[in-house]
Amino acid sequence: MVEKNDQLDALEDIKQLMHRSSRFISLSGWSGVAAGICALIAAAYTGVQLDCWRRGDCPFDQLLQEGGTSLRYTLLFIALATFVVAFTLAFFFTYVRSRKAGVAIWGFTARKVVFNVAIPMLIGGLFIWRMMEYGFYGMVAPACLIFYGLGLINASKFTLGEIRYLGYSQLLLGALNLWLPGYGLYFWAAGFGVMHIIYGIVMWNRYEREPS
Amino acid sequence: MVNPISGLNKIFDNRVRLGVMSILMVNEEVSFNDFKQMLEVTDGNLASHMVTLEGEGFIKVHKSFIGRKTNTTYSVTKAGEKAFTDHISALEKMIKGIK
Repeated sequence: MVEKNDQLDALEDIKQLMHRSSRFISLSGWSGVAAGICALIAAAYTGVQLDCWRRGDCPFDQLLQEGGTSLRYTLLFIALATFVVAFTLAFFFTYVRSRKAGVAIWGFTARKVVFNVAIPMLIGGLFIWRMMEYGFYGMVAPACLIFYGLGLINASKFTLGEIRYLGYSQLLLGALNLWLPGYGLYFWAAGFGVMHIIYGIVMWNRYEREPS
Repeated sequence: MVNPISGLNKIFDNRVRLGVMSILMVNEEVSFNDFKQMLEVTDGNLASHMVTLEGEGFIKVHKSFIGRKTNTTYSVTKAGEKAFTDHISALEKMIKGIK
């Protein structure tokens, strides 16, 4: 009987190790919600900025620079700031969760996730940078969505697989946006904002909620 | 090496060796340090089990350099894969048999 329990334990060990060693499972749903809220705030702020630019009453900006460059740098700055804040918040919630579970956050599987998201994102960033230099601003938002979606799908093999659906939704929004270039901000808000929040809530509900 | 009664492989009686094989079944290549972290064992302990598994021909060792530091990674061999799956099916049979 002791022998049997031993072997059952061994099997349980094997299952656990196979799961834990191949997938980064501490990604928190709150990370998605936080990133989504950041994106919505950034999109709203960008909308305000664009409006004021169109009306031509952003005196401070115009004083600094002439032509389209100032707007471009304002937008780039917003994008970068949003990315940094969203990433920091996402990291924070995932860190808290991995602490609770007692696993190292910067482990083998986390590296795989980051690496696999980063490849499409970096090449996408390069692509978008060049597009902006050629003046294809309408394609920036769809390109962001598409490359991000590809990154998520690419990394989904190394974390909880549901993130794949978040990736598909970004691809779909990005693809639609290709034919509606003037509405980039709305698609961007829907993809990076709303979709992240929905994903976060679903994942939290499925994996993190304390059973009541 | 195979226990004639249950078909269990003696090599896998040890938890660390079983752990190493489990991880290698789902990951192509894993480094020494990653094993250490995942299995929570000491250098010496892990190294000795790695030597055993390599001696059996169950795993392959790859050595390379990152800067000046050596980076040792491991992957499973065909023989290792077979031995491991045989061991698992023996385990399953045994547990079912006792039930």
